[in-house]
Amino acid sequence: MGTKPKVVVAMSGGVDSSLTAALLVREGYEVIGATMRLSDDSRDFNPADDQGCCTLSAVDDARRVAEIIGIPHYVLNFREMFQKTVIDYFVDEYAAGRTPNPCVACNRYVKFEGLLERCRELGAEYVATGHYAKIEPGADGRYLLRKGADVAKDQSYVLYHLNQNSLRHFLMPLGGYTKAQTRKLAEELDLPVANKPESQEICFVPNDDYKSYLREKVPTALKAGDIVDLSGKVLGRHQGVPLYTIGQRRGLGIAAKHPLYVVSLDMKDNKVIVGEDRDVFCRGLIAADMNWIMIDSLEAPLAVTAKIRYGSRESAALVTPLPDGQVKVVFAEPQRAVTPGQSVVFYDEDKVIGGGIIVKELRG
Amino acid sequence: MPMKPIYFDYASTTPADKEVAALMADTMVRCFGNPSSVHSFGREALALVAKARRQLAELVGARPQEIVYTSGGSESDNLALKGAAYARRQRGNHIITTAIEHHALLHSCKQLEEQGFAVTYLQPDNDGWIDPAEVAAALRDETILISVMFANNEVGTVQPIREIGALARDRGIWFHTDAVQAAGHLPIDVAAMNIDLLSLSGHKFYGPKGIGALYVRHGIRLESQIAGGAQEWGLRAGTENVPGIAGLGLAAQKAQAEQENENKRLGKLSERLIARIEAELPLARLNGHREKRLPGNVNFSFLGISGESLLLNLDMAGIAASSGSACAAGSLEPSHVLLAMGLSSELARSSLRISLGRENTAAEIDYLADQIVAVVRRLEDMKASGSWR
Repeated sequence: MGTKPKVVVAMSGGVDSSLTAALLVREGYEVIGATMRLSDDSRDFNPADDQGCCTLSAVDDARRVAEIIGIPHYVLNFREMFQKTVIDYFVDEYAAGRTPNPCVACNRYVKFEGLLERCRELGAEYVATGHYAKIEPGADGRYLLRKGADVAKDQSYVLYHLNQNSLRHFLMPLGGYTKAQTRKLAEELDLPVANKPESQEICFVPNDDYKSYLREKVPTALKAGDIVDLSGKVLGRHQGVPLYTIGQRRGLGIAAKHPLYVVSLDMKDNKVIVGEDRDVFCRGLIAADMNWIMIDSLEAPLAVTAKIRYGSRESAALVTPLPDGQVKVVFAEPQRAVTPGQSVVFYDEDKVIGGGIIVKELRG
Repeated sequence: MPMKPIYFDYASTTPADKEVAALMADTMVRCFGNPSSVHSFGREALALVAKARRQLAELVGARPQEIVYTSGGSESDNLALKGAAYARRQRGNHIITTAIEHHALLHSCKQLEEQGFAVTYLQPDNDGWIDPAEVAAALRDETILISVMFANNEVGTVQPIREIGALARDRGIWFHTDAVQAAGHLPIDVAAMNIDLLSLSGHKFYGPKGIGALYVRHGIRLESQIAGGAQEWGLRAGTENVPGIAGLGLAAQKAQAEQENENKRLGKLSERLIARIEAELPLARLNGHREKRLPGNVNFSFLGISGESLLLNLDMAGIAASSGSACAAGSLEPSHVLLAMGLSSELARSSLRISLGRENTAAEIDYLADQIVAVVRRLEDMKASGSWR
């Protein structure tokens, strides 16, 4: 027929995914818009929950944009998958004394793997998103994941778990633009230019009330316990380890000579360990659940730049393979607030080498 | 791919009959009076309302003064359940209904439970059929109301209304039936069937949306749910939707006239569709009772297939059908009816409901069968071949 293949665009109603759909239509793809439904009805009706991707308002907004662009729009039901791979995982990890990161699980299993499979069933050749990142074929036939043109907006960090199969079928047309450029383009195309807020909180916890949520779902995870210093001396009481973040200063309720920060969390012994600012820095970490993009696997130590959270910049490091597929990462400069459960992603300039999940920080 | 999409979702709603639409448009402009007014404009409108009442009464074998107009099936169900429960509160507080009812009825029951009523939800058998013996077994001294739908919207199973009604009648218990899917399609005789209350809805039999009725047997006094003026004998306040009522009445009359022939025709079309699917897709399972079934209803589960993917693929091929029920956001949830019938969540999620109606032809059925077979096979192959390449 002369037209390009079918692509499903994951639409949140925000400017980035709307523009993605419009650009692909312009390039002659057969475009279908889809919004994923992850949570249950009662949450969808809370107007304060403008969490970004998957609420009722997101569906309405996306539907309206699809109408403006002139493409079909479907709502895809991912509730059961989300419940199993994200919510149940969240509860189970806490129950087992570990700290989960449900957003990483959602990205991996629902938003990419799950979405890809569902779109394949809809006859799509590609799935497109509005991420600021680039997917390009490399010289040796491997697909490469690169940072987006807009360094400040780059979202390659959240995409490290994509494998070659997925990369082959994902399109990210915004990767070559800056945020300022995309905003201008959207205005030119008469698209709604609202940004969906990128929430830092977990989307399925009602009203961001972790305390109540955990108390209801995993009561064993929220037990009051001791706040101790690095030598083990008890300094105060905490209301539940899951309520604290590494590097946190506020809310400790301890009077001290120097400011105190959360240095590490011990779910097993139910302790929050605090120290001074310099104690929050680590020289390295151990990561597991690795995914490699630029290489097949890590056979020997590799010099990289590594990023330990979405908002931070990469730092020079050496990655060494360990048995069981885990890796050891040692930084040139100590890093602040290395948090087990977060992802660590390795770069070669702007190319993503691979990444995994931090299981332990390394001190001393 | 046909030029225009083809509609196979008549159980969800139907297009208004052209004559019905014309009557309504005319009524809106020419017969606009308020039926409660004393003057000639009011009387003219009142006459239309009265005529439609006779047409509806005729449809179910009732008397005109036993027809109460509502805004549709949901309101009728709410009025029947809550109106009856509160009216009979002194006599008892137990209600018997089924797990396969429409949500309007189930949620009304939930509300009543919150107000201190006890509700028994009977489970259907694997065909979605409610056994009168189970109704009998659930009876208590405090039972005041039984509600069992006439025919189920998901799988089409027709219930033993007459027998259940007899059980109720013998004990002075009020019997309500949600006949939203059946009215206009199956013969109904409220007296012979021992029915005290009956819900129906215009947009299910080629009438307009937003108008329906509740049959209330003479002698039954319900507690009204919408307070205001004295319309509908004080049972349901609000200036009558005269154009809607006129349309509803005409639609009822036309539906009744063509009922027998249409049922024969739809029965043949359903059989044609079922035969093709069963012959070409060995993993297909027909849901609902094979014989005691609404003539146009065909509901299949396809083992291992996502109902959502099936439905969306069919939509892309110009075929309008349904699967489960739509949630507020517009995505699909597995049908509570299929789950109550004992289907696993997986099988319930892999279902497809086709409901045929006036415009469907044999040629359309053939195209439909072709597409269902093609899509199901494609999805089966995808499953077999594992993840993308």
